[in-house]
Amino acid sequence: MTSIIRFQNVTKRFGALTVLDDFNFDVRPGEKVTLIGPSGSGKSTVLRILMTLEPFQEGHLELAGISYHEPNGRGAFKASEKHLHKIRCNVGMVFQSFNLFPHMTVLRNIVEAPVAVLKMKRAEVESRAIDLLRMVGLLDKKDHYPSQLSGGQQQRVAIARALAMRPRVLLFDEPTSALDPQLVGEVLGVIRALASEHDLTMLLVTHEMRFAREVSDRVCFFDKGRIVEQGDPDRFFGNPEQPRTREFLSSILND
Amino acid sequence: MMYGYVWDTTTPLTFAISILPILGIGLMVTLKAAAVGFAIALVLGLVLALMRRSRIKAISWSVACFTEFVRDTPLLVQLFFLYYVLPDFGIVLPAFMTGALALGLQYSAYTSEVYRGGIDAVQRGQWEAATALNMSKLLTYRDVVIPQMIPRIVPALGNYLVSMLKETPVLSVVTVLDMLGLANMIGERTFDYLVPLSMVGLIFLPMTLICSAIIHTVEKALPKSGIPLR
Repeated sequence: MTSIIRFQNVTKRFGALTVLDDFNFDVRPGEKVTLIGPSGSGKSTVLRILMTLEPFQEGHLELAGISYHEPNGRGAFKASEKHLHKIRCNVGMVFQSFNLFPHMTVLRNIVEAPVAVLKMKRAEVESRAIDLLRMVGLLDKKDHYPSQLSGGQQQRVAIARALAMRPRVLLFDEPTSALDPQLVGEVLGVIRALASEHDLTMLLVTHEMRFAREVSDRVCFFDKGRIVEQGDPDRFFGNPEQPRTREFLSSILND
Repeated sequence: MMYGYVWDTTTPLTFAISILPILGIGLMVTLKAAAVGFAIALVLGLVLALMRRSRIKAISWSVACFTEFVRDTPLLVQLFFLYYVLPDFGIVLPAFMTGALALGLQYSAYTSEVYRGGIDAVQRGQWEAATALNMSKLLTYRDVVIPQMIPRIVPALGNYLVSMLKETPVLSVVTVLDMLGLANMIGERTFDYLVPLSMVGLIFLPMTLICSAIIHTVEKALPKSGIPLR
């Protein structure tokens, strides 16, 4: 089966610092992949590049068959707004800090982009938004403002907001890292429910190892801008091969 | 006599009262000039602030030069320039429009800095969320950035409105008959400047106070998180 995401020899630098180094990575449609690793290892950068929030300097990247380089040969750095728009049609993102729009109600947060960007009918979008809010268990909060919600609730709204755009690929960038421990569970619950959706491709950067083992089809361990080890979660956590992986896992599990 | 109103110079008090209707006509001109000037400053300032953020160097640089030039030269010089030099290039505007334009240009340089600060204060996560929702630049500004910027910039814009109001009398030097212009004419004809000029000052005081109070009320009434534009 062809990959929905394909990184080929991608190199990404911030000034003198190389964040991704000749990076290769393929994801099958519908696959749930967890990216783990120490901070600064490049795992969040993978998501940010996919979301067009960061350019990269070398290599080739494709998402749902669309290259991040424009056909005329311009790099991802200089792709036109129109081309970036085409890429983003297939991908959505959930952020560590939620990033809900504070001046809009919960419902409006979800409805805004499908109406303004996809030109869908407001009534149609609203009924879907209500379904999504029911799914994340926040239907009763639809007329609240983000500041009236807990962090966990805000993140669940943010997930509903991303889903309303019907992305084929959904990126989660440390979705529970900014939450109080007792609120982590409710967000993981929503992500777990999504993971059972066959068609949705998910990339998840997280420090929740038990959760990663439970929901993902594959776990990738990042170090210094490369994937050091990857594999089936049971094999990966049960019997890590690389010394670097073992070292990381023991440091994190002993917390 | 002026505009059909006769002044009564028997005592300072009767004089003051008798010229009130005349100064009232000037007051309308003053308010109109401030309103037109401020409208220009609000719109042009936003345009300048957005152009200043353009990725095209030629645009951002020329805007930076323009605002710096306007801010660092006296309003009076700009006003004379527009009034006496523009006609040489075939652009002849009525005195009132020239004056309002000069005020608007000068203050657009100030307001553009206010807008710029307001835009910069919107968190990066908001821009990123808009990008992740595939919003265009235009949509991001309209639906996400500007609504959140408004409550933050109202106090500073309000200060500029008050200060512009107080600067409108410079328009009298290019023959606009605002309050000061009329007070001057009354002085020339009656040889009494004390009463008409004092009256102009006295009328300005409550005006600026009321203006400040209105801005303060608006400021308090605005939701801190932002105002959706649609």
